[in-house]
Amino acid sequence: MSQTDNYESVVSSADSKIATFDESGKGFVGRFHDVLHKTPSMVPLIVLLASILIFGLALGSRFFSPFALTLILQQVQIVGVLAAAQTLIILTAGIDLSVGAIAVLCSVVMGKLTFDYGVPPALSVLLGLIAGTGIGGISGWLVSRLKLPPFIVTLGMWQIVLAVNYLLSANETIRAQDIEAEARFLQFLGVKFSVAGATFNLGVVLMIALVFILAYALRSTAWGRHVYAVGDDPEAAALSGVNVHRTFMSVYMLTGFICALAGWVMIGRFGSVSPSATTGVIGNIQAITAVVIGGVSLFGGRGSIVGAFFGALIVGVFELGLRMAGANPQWTFLLIGVLIIGAVAVDQWIRKVSA
Amino acid sequence: MEPILKARGLVKRYGKVTAIDQADFDLMPGEILAVIGDNGAGKSSMIKAVSGAVVPDAGKIWLEGREINFRSPIDAREAGIETVYQQLAMSPALSIADNMFMGRELRKPGVRGSLLRQLDKPAMQAFARQKLNDLGLSTIQNINQAVESLSGGQRQGVAVARAAAFGSKVVILDEPTAALGVKESRKVLELIQDVRARGIPIILISHNMPHVFEIADRIHVHRLGKRLCVIDPKDYTMSDAVAFMTGAIEAPKAA
Repeated sequence: MSQTDNYESVVSSADSKIATFDESGKGFVGRFHDVLHKTPSMVPLIVLLASILIFGLALGSRFFSPFALTLILQQVQIVGVLAAAQTLIILTAGIDLSVGAIAVLCSVVMGKLTFDYGVPPALSVLLGLIAGTGIGGISGWLVSRLKLPPFIVTLGMWQIVLAVNYLLSANETIRAQDIEAEARFLQFLGVKFSVAGATFNLGVVLMIALVFILAYALRSTAWGRHVYAVGDDPEAAALSGVNVHRTFMSVYMLTGFICALAGWVMIGRFGSVSPSATTGVIGNIQAITAVVIGGVSLFGGRGSIVGAFFGALIVGVFELGLRMAGANPQWTFLLIGVLIIGAVAVDQWIRKVSA
Repeated sequence: MEPILKARGLVKRYGKVTAIDQADFDLMPGEILAVIGDNGAGKSSMIKAVSGAVVPDAGKIWLEGREINFRSPIDAREAGIETVYQQLAMSPALSIADNMFMGRELRKPGVRGSLLRQLDKPAMQAFARQKLNDLGLSTIQNINQAVESLSGGQRQGVAVARAAAFGSKVVILDEPTAALGVKESRKVLELIQDVRARGIPIILISHNMPHVFEIADRIHVHRLGKRLCVIDPKDYTMSDAVAFMTGAIEAPKAA
């Protein structure tokens, strides 16, 4: 080594304080950007509160009542549960087009087993949940092991599940009266109770509990961190010691399970088991809409389950508010379209760290 | 003396491209072994084969005399081999602490950890802060900031700190100073010597000849997918080493 290399030796006496900078120059927009970067669910929360406020001012106590506000919760319960499932897949940078179809098939499985095969209702529900988990497992295996794109896997699965649903049920609806008379447990999640004018049912309680449990699991457990890491960059996650296959499998199976729960929620909400319920066809798009409005990034690794829940509520608020205002329902779709594009634009802005 | 990590006849092909061609490799206990070679010589591929990131098509690897067959980087980590890859392997949206503990998270003591599986975030953050300070990465202000908001050099520093903190048998560093400033590279070199002082051998892949000649005990020269020779930095000059790895001079036979 020659003497000229000694220029590095002064390093030993270098300053070791942690750097701090004056942040006053950032301004309001800059600090707001920082907050959004840390908690992306702030955006849908602000939109949700603003829309409730606007409809409340415009429609008065008709909208701004415990009854109307809890009616929104009841109306979004199916989409809310599906959105929770969809969020998990989208966090891993995938997309699930089969969520609604799995929900409908599982509700049919629960009804069919009870009425045609004499299985006790509680056991039928359990078997329905297992069926949903299994379907999710197949999708997960195709995505993780065969490396097929999630869009393609779930596009195919959507058609397959929907077809099985019609074949299995012969497109026959099980009537609400029959379920009420013979297998009330299937409608368990439809049980209603009131607190000071606010009406809830167990499906709503299930949806809120699900949001809390998943939010905890994603934020405070190793599994949650792995879901984000896999969605961010699966290769980096594998190199830094994450079992990527197991993470994918757990996410897809859990998603299937939650979709089956949504199927049970459907029986509670409608009272009947209907293989031609619209959820099978548009449930996927409704769930994706809620998730995107909720600020979850379609590129994976960013966003939260709470955000998706707010997204579902925003759609519910718009639907009920505009209906109460007597507007043409097309206005609802138009505004939701605007919200979707706006939400993705905001997501792009948030992801710019150096704004 | 028996090598702690030994490989014989490693082969890896990607389609028609041969990345490793019957390569041999020896790492002695407690040494710093530098691996040098031209771009495309297959250094990174060989290192990935011993760290589990790539499964070789042929050849055998022994760790402490026992034959090993890593199927994934997780296997290698469990065996005590810790690696800093050139692409750094970090999740940009997650925090520094999350990244350092990826795949080996600490859980809270008691029921909150065992039943609720709750992470012990304060402990992980304190540990991460300590390791970064050891490395002199004092320009990182907040241990909870997302890795994507760090500069390239800071990211590299975090990756090196992670490997040094957790490696128990072998630490592998693929170009650890490539993106670092003068002060940070000096700290990384000191850290490498600290790790050796703890008795853990290090594999250092680098193009920086002054650094290689300063700290390496032996230099493994890689050329055209295989080991060309192993030289002692005290016996040769930097220009000799460059001449061997580029094929300008015939390599010495006895290694």
